[in-house]
Amino acid sequence: MAAAPKRPFRWHIGVFLAPAVLVYTAIMILPLAGTLQLSLFRNIDQSQVFVGLQNFRMLLGDPNWSVNFWNALGNNVWFFIIHMLVQNPIGVLLAALLSSPRLRFAAFYRTAIFVPTILSFVIVGFAWKLILSPLWGVAPNLLDLIGLKSLFTPWLGKEEYALTTLSLISVWQFVGIPMMLIYAALLSIPEEVIEAAECDGITGMSQFWKIKLPLILPSIGIISILTFVGNFNAFDLIYTAQGALAGPNYSTDILGTFLYRAFFGFQLQVGDPNMGAAIATMMFLIILGGVCVYLFLVQTRLRRYQF
Amino acid sequence: MSTATRSLPRTIGAHAILLTYTVIALFPVIIVIMNSFKSRAGIFGAPLTPPTPKTVDLIGYTTVIGQGDFIHYFQNSLVVTVASLFFVLLFGAMAAFALSEYRFRGNSLMGLYLALGIMIPIRLGTVAILQLMVASGLVNTLTALILVYTAQGLPLAVFILSEFMKQVSDDLKNAGRIDGLSEYTIFFRLVLPLVRPSMATVAVFTMIPIWNDLWFPLILAPSEETKTVTLGAQLFLGQFVTNWNAILAALSLAIMPVLILYVIFSRQLIRGITSGAVK
Repeated sequence: MAAAPKRPFRWHIGVFLAPAVLVYTAIMILPLAGTLQLSLFRNIDQSQVFVGLQNFRMLLGDPNWSVNFWNALGNNVWFFIIHMLVQNPIGVLLAALLSSPRLRFAAFYRTAIFVPTILSFVIVGFAWKLILSPLWGVAPNLLDLIGLKSLFTPWLGKEEYALTTLSLISVWQFVGIPMMLIYAALLSIPEEVIEAAECDGITGMSQFWKIKLPLILPSIGIISILTFVGNFNAFDLIYTAQGALAGPNYSTDILGTFLYRAFFGFQLQVGDPNMGAAIATMMFLIILGGVCVYLFLVQTRLRRYQF
Repeated sequence: MSTATRSLPRTIGAHAILLTYTVIALFPVIIVIMNSFKSRAGIFGAPLTPPTPKTVDLIGYTTVIGQGDFIHYFQNSLVVTVASLFFVLLFGAMAAFALSEYRFRGNSLMGLYLALGIMIPIRLGTVAILQLMVASGLVNTLTALILVYTAQGLPLAVFILSEFMKQVSDDLKNAGRIDGLSEYTIFFRLVLPLVRPSMATVAVFTMIPIWNDLWFPLILAPSEETKTVTLGAQLFLGQFVTNWNAILAALSLAIMPVLILYVIFSRQLIRGITSGAVK
């Protein structure tokens, strides 16, 4: 941050930068580095001893840990797949409809569909837990209205459905974000492009597929990476709806809840900061990997479509 | 331009889909608020109908207000959110100004360093953050939360604000310099007022995750005096699993302030997103 040669040192640059850089470094970067470092240590006889990659060997190899780890990772991948398959197409569809010219009530729809996104996980998790509860009967009543009552089961209580149900709840909550970002991208397509397409007789659906979709691909890329980071870092919804044990029988356990249990301990399990740090490091590597794939593979290829 | 391409069935179809999704989005919220005003019999007997004079009952609300210390939790959340927001906006704007206004060695490197935090969630550093807070005696204080949220909000704030600050005219700043204003005055008097709209956008984006966060209050400040409303609601809901009136009332109380704020600020928020602030 030194001044350019032959100029007096510009203190004000330092003053402007210092608070942000200090807080950011002290509370974010150093703890992140500290966590990575901690994952290489082990608490033996009240003191931290360097053990190399042994924590990771335990996490990936020792059945006490690895079964849970792979389970959480697999669940997390499924969680992400559901988001990509359901959230983003719905978001694109809604945005495409909203951006159709002179649509009435567009502002109302936009505002209403974004409501779930501003609510906290605690509210969302509990509200859905109540609605899906067989005790209350909102869900069975609704299914009865369309004659499908026989389909009802306590979705959150069954191992085979719980994770998918929670993923769909999360999709319900966050569909507003892809909708808004894609809506913004669609609005920013220049009129001339659309008019040129119309002159060539490309309208309606084929206009969307051939003209608009390629132009909004960069936005879809950004949404995908945001979804990826958000999903592999998720915790609140599962914790609220299913507790730290991520029941039934760990079927909804994802990396965030696994980290929480490893770090703090839960019921019979004793908390272990070093293993917690090891799990956080794995999450860090996964997220970093995703971000790198996005930056170096996806984004460079999508650039071509930009104006 | 579009009259040729628009047809009645397509418009109806668009409205049908949008309306269906609007119902899906609002239905759980409405059903919770609606039932919170009903008696227990009303909640279970006819969950899908609005409260009638026969089923109206405010027992849930009286239970919640009598039992939970919600006003206090609410204050905590407010203090944490407002203070973090203030620091994020002030420090973020200062750093963004330094990065966008001055050319100095390491400028782009610094920008990249600060942008790292947009993609890497601060949550992954929790283990060491807790150790840091324990070592500095800040566990169970609101200060700990404010520090963490400030660090969490800064990367995106710097990123968005420096985009906007590049658009502030150089002539204006240079005119200020010729008039002998210091760099600090130029920043606080000339630039800050001009980027106020984008500050509002950043404020909304920063505020929602802070207000709704459960992870850091749970880990750094779970004591009774420092509970935020999100954590308080979580614990309260856990205790009253069988008292449906109280649960529904508590949920409604948690939803309503956010909903009211959202209705007031939704234009700002949506304009912020659609103006391409988050690219």
